[in-house]
Amino acid sequence: MNIHEHQAKELLKGFGAPVAQGVAITSAGEAEAAAKSLPGPLYVVKSQIHAGGRGKGKFKELGPDAKGGVRLAKTIDEVVANAKEMLGNTLVTKQTGPAGKQVNRLYIEDGADISRELYLSLLVDRTVGEVAFVASTEGGMDIEAVAEETPEKIITVPIDPTAGVTDADAAKLVAALGLEEPAAGEMPTLARQLYQAFTEKDMSLLEVNPLIVMENGHLRVLDAKVSFDGNALFRHPDVMELRDLTEEDSKEIEASKYDLAYVALDGNIGCMVNGAGLAMATMDIIKLYGAEPANFLDVGGGASKEKVTAAFKIITADPNVKGILVNIFGGIMRCDVIAEGVVAAVKEVGLQVPLVVRLEGTNVEQGKAILDQSGLDITSADDLDDAAQKIVAAVKG
Amino acid sequence: MSILVDKDTKVIVQGLTGRTGTFHTEQALAYHGTQMVAGVHPKKGGETWTGANGTAKPLPIFATVGEAKEATGATASVVYVPPAGAGAAIIEAIEAEIPLIVCITEGIPVMDMVKVKAKLDKSNSRLLGPNCPGVLTPNECKIGIMPGSIFRDGSVGIVSRSGTLTYEAVFQTTAEGLGQSTAVGIGGDPVKGTEFIDMLEMFLADDETESIIMIGEIGGSAEEDAAQFLADEAKKGRKKPMVGFIAGRTAPPGRTMGHAGAVISGGKGGAEDKIAAMEAAGIKVSPSPAQLGKTLVKVLKG
Repeated sequence: MNIHEHQAKELLKGFGAPVAQGVAITSAGEAEAAAKSLPGPLYVVKSQIHAGGRGKGKFKELGPDAKGGVRLAKTIDEVVANAKEMLGNTLVTKQTGPAGKQVNRLYIEDGADISRELYLSLLVDRTVGEVAFVASTEGGMDIEAVAEETPEKIITVPIDPTAGVTDADAAKLVAALGLEEPAAGEMPTLARQLYQAFTEKDMSLLEVNPLIVMENGHLRVLDAKVSFDGNALFRHPDVMELRDLTEEDSKEIEASKYDLAYVALDGNIGCMVNGAGLAMATMDIIKLYGAEPANFLDVGGGASKEKVTAAFKIITADPNVKGILVNIFGGIMRCDVIAEGVVAAVKEVGLQVPLVVRLEGTNVEQGKAILDQSGLDITSADDLDDAAQKIVAAVKG
Repeated sequence: MSILVDKDTKVIVQGLTGRTGTFHTEQALAYHGTQMVAGVHPKKGGETWTGANGTAKPLPIFATVGEAKEATGATASVVYVPPAGAGAAIIEAIEAEIPLIVCITEGIPVMDMVKVKAKLDKSNSRLLGPNCPGVLTPNECKIGIMPGSIFRDGSVGIVSRSGTLTYEAVFQTTAEGLGQSTAVGIGGDPVKGTEFIDMLEMFLADDETESIIMIGEIGGSAEEDAAQFLADEAKKGRKKPMVGFIAGRTAPPGRTMGHAGAVISGGKGGAEDKIAAMEAAGIKVSPSPAQLGKTLVKVLKG
């Protein structure tokens, strides 16, 4: 789960990290009061969307020369003018895709005089199974590009979970970032604050890009991106409250209600599969035979008839879907249960597009019999290759 | 021979009394008499489990893993405990020095697994999973949730990050008449007990395993590491015919595809890099998950 920058900063502030003063607003009318509550004389107006690259992003509705999604303002009037121009418009960045995202909130923040821009993040390093800091002197830039072009400028410092952030770990970060006093002296404290926030709140990513050294030599968290481990949300009701449903795909929200793993994609063949690996492989094989999947959908190992019905409804609600492929390898999941769910769903929502079903495994004969006897227009397939070829042919007509 | 488990493996169940634990323990008992010897439940020690209908072979329940191991001589534990308590359950098994721990539970918080991993690295226990289908040696022992009916005693070693793709590989190798030595699911989570390399080492060393199918997916670099390991071993003359598959060629970057570990992040963990590394190590990577068995037959014929 992702949260907005202003929420991330509020959270980090709670752990003592140095962040600027700021106020989040959702209407231009609040801009003046927000700016007046800050010290000035420099303000930053920042679009709050769940995507990076905001500064270099462009608003769809504004001309090509208009400024991006993060703007400097030198007066309160400028803050207000920018807020009016930005709110409600659609910001397109490298990470939003061409459709962009509507900017429904802004964060008005106290400006800072920047001396150096650095990169610092925390993530779970899966090769060692530990939380690790990633640090680079190349802050404010796309870290993926840095990793690609100058990998030697990225330093990773894994943290032993039994010891926490040691003085030696902190010294490595100070050296990696080339810090001098007073910033060098502040780094061990900041590293521990960020590590504590990451572990206590079950984050999956905490990215400070940039971490800045200000003209006065002190450190400040200038931007913050935080994602949480979805599997740990059950123990963080406070984090759950930060969820912004307007940032998520409506079909994905619906799927999450039924505990279905669903990811919306751009193609036209809807897929319903059991198991994440098989669901990915099903997408791949559709592509292999020349078409594009409309979604990833894993109904899970122990799906009920109700869950299958819900999954089918979500797939058919997507107007891009021109054909559906159901691919089930019943290990624990019984094929007759899947067949009953599919038949029930088709009877309830109707079937306007071709449907190919491939069943294999436990109770496969009963499953196939249920489909055959339903009188519905369902094409059976013998294996995954056969199924993919049949649905691709049906969609291409 | 086989790897990890055989007819002598004695298994206790953490989370036996729940619906999932009960169902799969009944299935394991029915699979060639897998030696399920006890259950563990902190509040039900002293009780007896008899299955969903009271007709299963009765199993004693102990309050702790340590007591269960002491009383039964168990050499393995399978964990069906729900996510919130699964990390602690694995740690209990590590502290009781259970040699093989298999965690089926999906959805354990990563931070809990970081704690487990720290304990595991300092122990002699092996952990499979979490979020895995378990391990099965045909006609001898079934730990976890794999469907026993599709297996056949044979010569292919199978190791996979995905449950249902493991079943595809098993089903297809059975259909080709090859059968399996052992099938192992290592799980779809980002932080897990066992990676490909350890299992490949065991399959290379196992006389009964004549060929290997390795099924990976997007996310992380375990497949690349495994490919490097295989290339290094091949230089020493240790090599077996191998077929591979990588799921997620069409997955968009930054999105988690069902498995918590299946995500391309920071430009890393994409399918093409993995396929290239595996091919370079001499693994025949099948573009279709439906052709694993047929591809292996072709490789074996040379």
